Amino acid sequence: MPDSLPVNPLVNGVSAQPVRFRGGGFTVKRHPWAALAAFAALLAVWEGASRLGLASPLFLPPPSAVGRALAGMVTDGSLWLNLKASLGRIAVGWVLGTLGGMLVGFAMGIFSTARAVGVPLVSAFFPIPKIALLPLFILWFGIGEPSKFATIGFGVFFPTVIATCSAIDSVPRNLIRMAQSFGLPWRSILRSIVLPGALPGILAGFRITASIALILVVAAEMIGAEYGIGAFVLMAGNLMQTDTLLAGVLVLSLMGLAIGTVLSLLERRLLNWR
Amino acid sequence: MRLLVSDLTHRYDDLTVLDGIDLALAEGEILAVIGPSGCGKSTLLGIAGGIVAPTAGSIRVEGEVPDGCLNPITFIFQDFALLPWRTVEDNVALVLEHHPLPAAERRERIEAGLRGMGLWEFRKALPKQLSGGMRQRVGIARALAVRPAMLLLDEPLSALDAQTRELLMDDFLELWRREKTTALYVTHNLDEALRLADRVCVLSRRPGRIREMVTIEEPRERRQEPSAQAHLAAVRERLWHLMKAEAQMADREIARA
Ligand SMILES: Nc1ncnc2c1ncn2[C@@H]1O[C@H](COP(=O)(O)OP(=O)(O)OP(=O)(O)O)[C@@H](O)[C@H]1O
Ligand SMILES: [Mg+2]
Repeated sequence: MPDSLPVNPLVNGVSAQPVRFRGGGFTVKRHPWAALAAFAALLAVWEGASRLGLASPLFLPPPSAVGRALAGMVTDGSLWLNLKASLGRIAVGWVLGTLGGMLVGFAMGIFSTARAVGVPLVSAFFPIPKIALLPLFILWFGIGEPSKFATIGFGVFFPTVIATCSAIDSVPRNLIRMAQSFGLPWRSILRSIVLPGALPGILAGFRITASIALILVVAAEMIGAEYGIGAFVLMAGNLMQTDTLLAGVLVLSLMGLAIGTVLSLLERRLLNWR
Repeated sequence: MRLLVSDLTHRYDDLTVLDGIDLALAEGEILAVIGPSGCGKSTLLGIAGGIVAPTAGSIRVEGEVPDGCLNPITFIFQDFALLPWRTVEDNVALVLEHHPLPAAERRERIEAGLRGMGLWEFRKALPKQLSGGMRQRVGIARALAVRPAMLLLDEPLSALDAQTRELLMDDFLELWRREKTTALYVTHNLDEALRLADRVCVLSRRPGRIREMVTIEEPRERRQEPSAQAHLAAVRERLWHLMKAEAQMADREIARA
């Protein structure tokens, strides 16, 4: 064989061409500044529209006015006063609803009898818009705090039951069989396998119930409360103080953001094994 | 420990999966069970391990439970069945937690199991950080920590690639050289059966019945030697012939259903 023969005839031939790349697109690229820029642009347009008189400052005050109103809330102490009231209601109502919901959810997840009784009851109560029960709770518990706790707790309870029960269903059966095959007692299986295995589903439920609690606290405070961000926003609306109103809305969205961040941290800590 | 299965039948609702199985496993014997998919191999193992209640028939064990044995009949699983939220060492510790052991012995068992499988450096790792082969080694270390008298292995290497399978087969051979643990080894893979088993039980398609018991005459230690190859090839031929016929008929039944 002559050693001048090319290894690959195409290399020396006219037909040699680079392979055209065609694998682009359909992947997610990171644009860390895009969101920030869009947000800044939105604020700028809003501010500009207000300054140029395109939007009535009475109905849509510029971001700078909302910022000033927020600063005013901080200095005159109304922010803390109202925030404290709302956070306290969320905390008590959410904890009560969550504890009760997890207890019932676990019972339904583990005991067939509890499930047979619980599923129809939960299905019947779950669709009720819980705020509709506030008037009833006011009759039962009075206009004060307990009726608000009850509304929030009740609203949180049912989604927690459902999340906990389905989280237990999603614990891999093979792990439970494994534990049984090693003779682990029932309580150990519950503690070492069912509980940690259900944790991701339970924490996912927390995200849903936290936002439900936020909605319900605002609604309950609008119906009857002296303090609280919901009452504050309603009052500002009644007085046509739209800048203060929007500052209250801003506080609410910051509350939602803060709760979400706490839950994310919790998930990262507790679910680092995923 | 010996295992005696007599006239075992199992039905899931009205689906009969095992029909009249008679088996006797001698002390220290390794019996491979092969058969088409769905013929009831996992069910048979589950019954032997006491996690599936048989419809009819009996399954009994005989013989002394050795000293220090905490769970005479112990499983090794195809999907490893590790707790993803526990580290390697805590996965092994799990199966000792409900036994009243002195702390030193507990530690000693965990360490011996992990060292034996070459996992000691990885004891703080989470399962997700390990390769499939390493995960199954955790499963083996966990099984060894209870010093079992009988191992039930349900396709323990099926989820692994070919090279890892070879390495783990060597681990099993080493294990069975050290401890004479009786074993029931379910597999689809003839190589595994021919490398590891003393006898091979071929089940028919569902409802699983024993088609044939094939004894591999060559001792396990000599099966790599040239003189053993003729016999092994003959056994393989026989097993493949049986398996193929059953699998083809099972396939046709699925197509008709
Ligand atoms: N818990 C169950 N309930 C109802 N049917 C089941 C159950 N477990 C298994 N089966 C059915 O019983 C038959 C035998 O199942 P089994 O898992 O024992 O088969 P196998 O021989 O291990 O199959 P494979 O080789 O696929 O692992 C299958 O048809 C399966 O669908
Ligand atoms: Mg199986």
